[in-house]
Amino acid sequence: MTHFLQNLVNALQWGSFYALIALGYSMVYGILMLFNFAHGDIFMVGAYIGFGMASLLLALVAWGGLALPSWLILVLTILVSMFLTAIVGVIVERVAYRPLRDAPRASAAITGLMVGIILETGNLALLGASRVRFPSLIQSVTFDFGGVYVTNKKIMIVAVSISLMIALHQFVKRSKWGMAMRAMAYDYVVVPLMGVPLNTIAALTFGLGSALAAAAGILFSVAYPVLDPYMGIVFGWKAFVAAILGGRGSVLGATLAGFLLGFIEIFVAMVFPSTLRDLIAYSIILVILVFRPHGFFGEPYSARLRL
Amino acid sequence: MAALHHAKAGFKGFMRKAWSPFAATPALGWLLSALAAVLLEKWLGLALAHALGLPKIPMLFGFIIALKKPFLIPGTLAFVFIIYLLPMALVARFSAPLANRASRALLKAPLAVSALVHLALLYAALHVWAEVSDYRDITLRLTMIAVMLTLSLNVINGYMGEFSCSHPGFMALGAYAASVFTVGLFASDRLFGAALLPPQLAPFLFPLALALGGLVASLGALLIAVPSFRTRGDYLAIISLAFTFIVKSLIENLEWVGGPRGLSSQPDLASLPMVFAVCALCVWVINNFVTSILGKATNAVRDDETAAEAMSINTRRTKMAAFMFSAFWAGVAGGLFAHVLRYVNPATFGIQKLAEVLAMVYFGGLNSVLGSVVGAVGISILGEALRPLEIFKWILIPLLLILVMIFRPTGLIAFREFNLRRVLSPKEPPQGRS
Repeated sequence: MTHFLQNLVNALQWGSFYALIALGYSMVYGILMLFNFAHGDIFMVGAYIGFGMASLLLALVAWGGLALPSWLILVLTILVSMFLTAIVGVIVERVAYRPLRDAPRASAAITGLMVGIILETGNLALLGASRVRFPSLIQSVTFDFGGVYVTNKKIMIVAVSISLMIALHQFVKRSKWGMAMRAMAYDYVVVPLMGVPLNTIAALTFGLGSALAAAAGILFSVAYPVLDPYMGIVFGWKAFVAAILGGRGSVLGATLAGFLLGFIEIFVAMVFPSTLRDLIAYSIILVILVFRPHGFFGEPYSARLRL
Repeated sequence: MAALHHAKAGFKGFMRKAWSPFAATPALGWLLSALAAVLLEKWLGLALAHALGLPKIPMLFGFIIALKKPFLIPGTLAFVFIIYLLPMALVARFSAPLANRASRALLKAPLAVSALVHLALLYAALHVWAEVSDYRDITLRLTMIAVMLTLSLNVINGYMGEFSCSHPGFMALGAYAASVFTVGLFASDRLFGAALLPPQLAPFLFPLALALGGLVASLGALLIAVPSFRTRGDYLAIISLAFTFIVKSLIENLEWVGGPRGLSSQPDLASLPMVFAVCALCVWVINNFVTSILGKATNAVRDDETAAEAMSINTRRTKMAAFMFSAFWAGVAGGLFAHVLRYVNPATFGIQKLAEVLAMVYFGGLNSVLGSVVGAVGISILGEALRPLEIFKWILIPLLLILVMIFRPTGLIAFREFNLRRVLSPKEPPQGRS
C-alpha cells in the first residue's frame, strides 16, 4: 500500500509535467486547428531560459548586489522565464505559422517540426553539446507520511502546476480575452468577421501555451536538474499524445490525459520491468484510441476539419 | 515591382535562349552525356585533379571541398566545368540527332524495352560514378533507399491525405525481418548460431528476404489500417505515432534480436546493382499503383470520403490496400537499409527518421512520384553537401524547408505526374517557334 501511494505521488509529479505541456498543444489546436510541433522544444527553451535566469540571479546575489532569499529567486526565475518564453512562442507563431494560415495543415506541421529542429540545433550551437546543471534553489526536505516519502520539491511542483492550470482555466472562462479565445475556437472563420482580431488571439494563445511550457521546463529542472538540448523531444511527443488522448482542443481533457499518461507510465514501471514502459503505455493508448477515436472530451470527426 | 517583373521575364528569356541548343536532346541523349562525363572522370579525373591542385577527385561535385577549403574553390569549379559541364553539354548537343533516331527506333518496340534501355544507361552512369570511391557508393545507395521510403510515405500522406507517422516503424519491421532471415541463414552469428545455408545461395534468396521484410511491415500496417476505418486526421496521426513507438520499444525488449544493442553481421548483399534494381522496381510499381483505379480511389478517399463511398468506392478496402502497399515498400526499404549499413539498432527508427522522411516528402511535393524522387534526392544530396558546416547544417536545411513550405505549401513538384512515354520519346527541334 505504501508502495502504491509512493508511486501515486511520483505519478502526480510526472503527470503534471505532461499536463502543463499538453495544455499548450491543446489550446493552440482549439483555436487554429493545428498542432504546434515545436512545442516540446519550447519546453526545452523555457528550461534553458530558466537556467540562464537562475544563474544570473545567483551571480548577482553572490556579488553582493542583491540579497534575495532563494525561494524568491525561484519565483522570479519562473515568472521571468515564462514571460520570455511566451515571447519566443509568439515569434514562432509569427515566423512559422502565420504565413501558412491558409496552407494545408500538414505543411504547417512540417514547419513546426523544422522550427523545433532549429531551436534544438541553435541551442547546441550556442551552448555546446555538454549538458548543463540547473542550480539547486531550494533545499530538499523529505517528509514522512507513514512510510510514504514526499519531498518539498514534489509538493511545490504539483502545487504550482495545479495552480497554473486553475489560473488558466479562470482566464479562459472569466476574462474578455478568454472569451475571445473560446469564440475563436468555436468558429475561427466567422468570429474574426465580428471584429475579434484573429492574429492577436493566435499570438496570445501561443504565448500562454509557451509560458506554461516554460513553467513545466523549470519545474522539471528543479526535480531533474540536468538539461540537454534534446530533452524536449520525448516530452513534447508524449505530451502531444496526451493532448490528443484528452480530445483535441479540450483544456480539461488535456490536463486529465496528461496526468493519466503520467500514471500509466509510473505504474507500468512499478509492475513490469521498466524497459517495457513505452511498449505498454503506448499499447494502452492505442487501445483507448481504437475504442474512443476522438479522445475523452473531443468532438467526433466533423466537417470542421480542414485539410 | 514592375522592374522586378521585367527582370524576371528577362531572366526567363535568357534561360530559354541558353537552353535552346539542348531543346532537341531527348532523355537518351542526357543519359549518354552523363555516361560520357563519368567515364571521362574515371580516366582523367585524378590527373586533372592533381593538375588543378586538388588533393583528390571532388566527391560530390565539389560542394564538400568548396565548403571545407575555400581557397580550392577555383580549382574545384574548373574541375566541375571540365569534367562534367563541358562534356555533358557537348555530348548532349551533338549526339542529339543520333539519340533522337535511337529513341524513335526504341519506341517502336514495347515501351518496356525502351524503359529498360534507359535504365541500363542510367545504371551504367551511376555505376561508373560510384566506382570512384566507397563514399559515393554508400551515399548513392542510401539516397536510393530514401527515394523508396519517400515514395511509400507519399502514398499515404500525399495520395491518401492522411498524416502517417508510422513509416519508421514499418521500416524497422522490414529491416529486422529481413536481417533475421539473412543473418539466421547465411551468417555465423552469436545470436542465431552457425550458418544454415551455404553463402553462395545468399544473393538469390536476398529478394525473398526483402519481400519477407515487406510482408511483415504490411502485416504491421493492419494495426493502423483497421483504426483508420473509424477515424482520420490527427487521431490517426497519433495512432501511427504510437505504432512507431511500440515497434521501437518492442524491438528493444526482444533479446533474441539483440535488444537495444542492435543486430549486426548482415551479409553484404545490398550491392549497388541490387539496390538500384529494387529501387527501379519500387518506382515502377508505385507509379503504376497511383495511376491505377485503386490509386485514383485513394485520391477520392482523400478528397471526400462520403462522396467516394457514394461513388461505389469501397473505402475500407482502399484504405487497407493503400496502407499495406505503402508499408510493404517501406519494409523493403528497411531491409535494404539494414543490409547497406550491415547493422541496425532500434534507436535508428525514431522521431529523427520520421522528421527526415516527412521533410523529404513535403520538400519534393505531395501526390507526385517525380516530386518524391526530387525531394529524397535533393534532401539527401543537400545533407551530404552541407556536411562540412557541421551543426549549422541542421539550421540551414530546416530553414530551407520552412521557406519552401511558405512559398509552395505542398512542395516543389506537387500534384504532377510524369508520363513515361513522353519522357522517353524523341524530341523534335522546335520549328519556327523560337
